[in-house]
Amino acid sequence: MREITLSQAVNEALVEEMRRDPTTFIIGEDVAEAGTPFKVLSGLVEEFGTSRVIDTPISEPGFVGIGVGAALTGARPIVDLMFGDFIYLVMDQLCNQAAKQHYMSGGKLSVPMVLRTNLGATRRSGAQHSQSLQALVAHIPGIKVALPSSAYEAKGLMKTAIRDNNPVVIIEDKLMYQDKAPVPEEEYLIPFGEANIKREGSDITLVATSSMVQVAEAAASILEKEGISAEVIDPRTIVPLDEKTLIESVKKTSRAIVIDEGHQNYGITGEIASRLNEKAFYYLDAPVLRMGAMDVPVPFSPVLEDLTVPTPEGVAENARRLCAGEMIHAA
Amino acid sequence: MTSKTKTRTRAKTASGPSKEEALRMYTQMVRIRTFEDNANQLYLSGKMQGLTHMYSGEEAVAVGICEALTDSDRITSTHRGHGHCVAKGANYKEMFCELLGKQEGYCRGKGGSMHIADQNHGNLGANAIVGGSMGIATGSALRAKLLGQDDVTVCFFGDGATAQGLLYEVMNMAALWKLPVIFACENNGYSEYTKTEEIAAGSITARAEAFGIEAFQVDGQDVLGVNELSKKLVARCRDGDGPFFLELLTYRYHGHHVGDINREYYRSKKEEADWKENRDPIIRFRAWLVEQGIAEESEIDALNAQIKQDAKEAVAYAEAAAYPGVEEVDMHVYAETDPATLRAGK
Ligand SMILES: Cc1ncc(C[n+]2csc(CCOP(=O)(O)OP(=O)(O)O)c2C)c(N)n1
Ligand SMILES: [Mg+2]
Repeated sequence: MREITLSQAVNEALVEEMRRDPTTFIIGEDVAEAGTPFKVLSGLVEEFGTSRVIDTPISEPGFVGIGVGAALTGARPIVDLMFGDFIYLVMDQLCNQAAKQHYMSGGKLSVPMVLRTNLGATRRSGAQHSQSLQALVAHIPGIKVALPSSAYEAKGLMKTAIRDNNPVVIIEDKLMYQDKAPVPEEEYLIPFGEANIKREGSDITLVATSSMVQVAEAAASILEKEGISAEVIDPRTIVPLDEKTLIESVKKTSRAIVIDEGHQNYGITGEIASRLNEKAFYYLDAPVLRMGAMDVPVPFSPVLEDLTVPTPEGVAENARRLCAGEMIHAA
Repeated sequence: MTSKTKTRTRAKTASGPSKEEALRMYTQMVRIRTFEDNANQLYLSGKMQGLTHMYSGEEAVAVGICEALTDSDRITSTHRGHGHCVAKGANYKEMFCELLGKQEGYCRGKGGSMHIADQNHGNLGANAIVGGSMGIATGSALRAKLLGQDDVTVCFFGDGATAQGLLYEVMNMAALWKLPVIFACENNGYSEYTKTEEIAAGSITARAEAFGIEAFQVDGQDVLGVNELSKKLVARCRDGDGPFFLELLTYRYHGHHVGDINREYYRSKKEEADWKENRDPIIRFRAWLVEQGIAEESEIDALNAQIKQDAKEAVAYAEAAAYPGVEEVDMHVYAETDPATLRAGK
């Protein structure tokens, strides 16, 4: 199968969906001729013109609100938020407006809007351009949240996000834009709420999202050499969450670590760990561990920044100790 | 006020409304006033829970503007939204049901007073975040332009909402992209318990003019004047001449919300009496109807009585109506997506 970058995969998804549905459009800062600072959208304005690839002023709440209004009245906007850290600026439009319209109207209005943005530290970008804020939006009923872990997921999840009738926040790992993966030429969509078992194993389950899937896979390779068989599962969407696949895996392995690049406190890892505790308690041989980013603002200094994110070695070490029967705390 | 701002105080009768249009505007204003009188009563008698903001006194604004719109035109509304809802074509029954949290309400009881909307008539919802709907209105206008549809969107908001940054972000984009949106600022002199002059520096219309948006300051108690100007601006919006900005000078008769009873610390009884007795939009328009020979006093009395009766019946209906079933609580969190559309090749 051909291999393309995550950036190309997103671009292909957008091109295919914009050709298919004339009510779709892209709106955000420097999305047109510049194709965003990450160059993910290169070529789109040439095909679809500036009426459907719309450059905005630096007004995040404004253009997210515009997306909500366009979605409420029959369009399918794809709103581009340059950095995930800017989610804080658009919380009202996203969480008070987009998320609640369907419910508050008794099901009469809906907001088929995609907000695409990114996450990820270790790019030496400092505390305001490195955060992974999926927990903030995943907390709010009415929003779906997709976290692609490779080019393949990035394309298939984006296509589903655009066709879904709800606000969907899709967060890409900005360090992965140039990473290649096999992506079929023929059209495909990845359904929401279907986890992907990346690697089968029998001793421990590693539930990992987005950037942390690679980390978990690398940890599994380390563990394999030591005779520990780790199963790696990527939920792909955290809202909706495919609990069933996760629970079945844990029933089989009886141990689990949940890994996500958001801060660990009150985060995605805690939520998933808690569901596993509630729903697979009698099958567990050890507490489910959480491994999120350290609860510090992301520091600039490379030596410090690298300490804040879970690593394959850290995951392997925790897995080793869990399998050895040590009741430990996550790193 | 800057020199560019156009001030409208008197209605011109030359291009005035037809008899039917005039009677309909009168009827709609009385329907709003009557709705609010009943809603206030429901609250005071303990039959309605929560809090609600009365539109009484501001009727000419919603009616003057909405009578210039068609059903496919959109509006966004505010926490003080009953008036916009009635003016855009809603029925009493579903509105009272919504206020009482009943299943037959426009939002199946899930919205309540602060989120009430008759979605079928282009009302995109009342919004309990002050200024929260400015992006929505502008986005609706962008959609119209993008899809080649000729509807216009009116964004209602209060003087207090002009302090929200979102307004300036979306006015900028609306002006850059020439969107068919009318920003309608209902300046009722107060932002909660604070006078407008204490929260708004400079002129309100000048804010829009800074973006090159044509802005008008209008007597919001004159339904004819509001309607005449709105018709022109709506037509110009359809021709691609938008956006526009209106500052409508008006007054709310009740407190900020129904529970705001003792309010002399921020607003005098004398001031309230002056607006009610000398500038009331319904009294003024009624006099005009009689003067123009459009209706006789007795006909108007009969009309008022009929509306009172309609409200009484709708309230009784809503009081007796069923609450939503408990199974509704987690319905409508997410919209359905037809699985067929999620397949490749579709
Ligand atoms: C973002 C936000 N801040 C504060 C409030 C509380 N609040 C509700 S109405 C209101 C005053 C609004 O004044 P204005 O915009 O002039 O509208 P009016 O009530 O006069 O119609 C305030 C402060 C709110 N609902 N939303
Ligand atoms: Mg006010």
